[in-house]
Amino acid sequence: MATHLILQKIFKTGIVSEPMPQADLGLRTREQELHADILKVFGQAVTIRHIDAGSCNGCELEIHAINGPHYNIDGMGVKFAASPRHADVLLVTGPVSRNMEVALKRAYDATPEPKWVIAMGDCGCTGGMFGESYASCGKVSNVIPVDVEVPGCPPAPTVLLQGILAAVSKDKKNA
Amino acid sequence: MNIGEHDWNLDPLGQHIWRGQMETGQLLALARAVKEEGGQLVALWGSDDRHLHGGFGIHVALLTGAGLAWVSCALPAETPAYPHLAHIFPQADRMQRATFDLLGITASDAVDDRKWLRHAVWAKDEFPLRKDFSTLAAHRPSPPEADAYPFIRVEGDGVHEIPVGPIHAGTIEPGHFRFSIIGERILKLEERMGYTHKGTEKRFEGMDLATGAKLAGRVSGESHSAYAWAYCMAVETATASQVPERAVWLRALFLEIERIANHLGDLGYLGNDVALSFGFMQFWRLKEDWLRLTAKLFGHRYLFDCIVPGGVAVDIADDGKAELVAATDRIEAEVRSLKAIYDEHATLQDRFANTGIVKPDLAARLGLTGLAGRASAQAWDARAQFPQAPYDQLDVNMATQRQGDVLARAEVRFAEVTESLRLIRNLLARLPTGALHAPLIPVQSVCEGLGWVEGWRGEVLVAVRIGADGKLDRVHPHDPSWQNWPLVEVGVLGNIVPDFPLINKSFNLSYSGPDL
Repeated sequence: MATHLILQKIFKTGIVSEPMPQADLGLRTREQELHADILKVFGQAVTIRHIDAGSCNGCELEIHAINGPHYNIDGMGVKFAASPRHADVLLVTGPVSRNMEVALKRAYDATPEPKWVIAMGDCGCTGGMFGESYASCGKVSNVIPVDVEVPGCPPAPTVLLQGILAAVSKDKKNA
Repeated sequence: MNIGEHDWNLDPLGQHIWRGQMETGQLLALARAVKEEGGQLVALWGSDDRHLHGGFGIHVALLTGAGLAWVSCALPAETPAYPHLAHIFPQADRMQRATFDLLGITASDAVDDRKWLRHAVWAKDEFPLRKDFSTLAAHRPSPPEADAYPFIRVEGDGVHEIPVGPIHAGTIEPGHFRFSIIGERILKLEERMGYTHKGTEKRFEGMDLATGAKLAGRVSGESHSAYAWAYCMAVETATASQVPERAVWLRALFLEIERIANHLGDLGYLGNDVALSFGFMQFWRLKEDWLRLTAKLFGHRYLFDCIVPGGVAVDIADDGKAELVAATDRIEAEVRSLKAIYDEHATLQDRFANTGIVKPDLAARLGLTGLAGRASAQAWDARAQFPQAPYDQLDVNMATQRQGDVLARAEVRFAEVTESLRLIRNLLARLPTGALHAPLIPVQSVCEGLGWVEGWRGEVLVAVRIGADGKLDRVHPHDPSWQNWPLVEVGVLGNIVPDFPLINKSFNLSYSGPDL
């Protein structure tokens, strides 16, 4: 019986989730333009729309990883949405390929205000190894405004989570 | 080297790798001879050789009974063309179109000459991989709209289209899928790729050999070790450099670690796609533990930049070995217990079995390769048939299935996880002592090499030409997804749209790899 085996495995495995990391406010690239009352509405819950704008698929590995049981992002109030229209945050990976430029801009426009953009990975932050070329626009902020940059190739899951929390958490300035 | 009755004058270029030049007129005859003996076309690409011999080059890599044959033809500078090969090897179609988009080399008489990698960014008469392509293109205003692409329309009563992408609902790379459906059944699927084309091949030009390894590893990030190894193998062949034995064995260790990480993740997602989130959580727990151990032992969760030209950058100590062996035992037991659950789970079996079928004869005709090929009875694994060192000393057991459905592709993954765990124990037990790295022999003149590695998805191939200045002149990385994407179009036929994510995940092909 599969059900019996599943329950047995669940009990044997126990809870592997770990405590959440602290927000790393040093990753912010610009002053948060948000008012405290907006943050009150959101609390610290946030819905993310991931956009691969030309990544090598390395950063995607870590986005998958934070959805695993060790990180328990649901418990932090973080969830991923299928549409930019349902998102508070766009999590953008890759150097922005020119073939994805239009799609990225459209997704940005489709995301309701207030919105945050996180550029993930060395390519998203600087253009990385691919830089700017006939086929690459380079870093994400060359195409849409970016609030938080999370470097790394790819950034480890806890670093990514610190960046996500930095985008949406209150800090002293606007608390 | 003989293929069929004929000696094609190919010379050895490495272990099981052959190299030859021929007239374009002979190309069709060679392709037919390879097809007749049951071989396949692995890759097709072009090069601008005007600075070397005044013309262009077309290159094919063919899988033959004696190994991999890399054959090139010189083409004239004015109107470079070669006979199209897609009627013999259908997988050549997109490679031919990409070769035209990037170099303006024409496949004569090709049935399908639509653009492939070119969207709206550069013009039809511009060719980015030509050496005289203007870099000013980088500073051009971007196109205001997405480009138009002539999809093949299905018409008739009740037929309608669903366009999906380039941005997908999940955390997946971008690409466009155009479904033509009646009710929920898929009548036709047409893929449109190239969205992640970021000029990787152009980026290699003029790069030093060490930096090239880093870029090669980022062609498709989840196959980092496969690409980095293939690139380094090509560079080491080109420069006739020797790699210390310990380094070669560690490369195989990294490749198997990468295979296990990817297979564990896929087995979790396959459970998730049939609403068994238990499977996702369990397999991703195992994967995360595996990645953390990898980071602890080698400094990076995905082993980025651990393989370098001339050897490897990291070592493993005795206590690390013991820890890794203990982890393989633990994972093997856990995967066995999870497989028992997948085997028993009625809903999962119902969704997996007979879904997304690619029958063996079709797989052979269209050139399905790698993991997906082995699930459709294409009993082919470079580690088993044409092993590069150290696989020639390891007796790899190949996993195959005949059904060609989602279940078969899951079964191949299960079997390969177990086999890779065995290989890791074997590699660690017999790991030779010695240096990790040897300097490359300096380049004196233009030279070339080819690397060929069975990555977790299938065979990764990297062809390299180094200029007399010691810098990279032309690098072509080839992903097995080139061959396999067209089979996803075939595998979904007659299935319902909601099964597409499951079928797509069971192949788990790369976008960045073939988009380049």
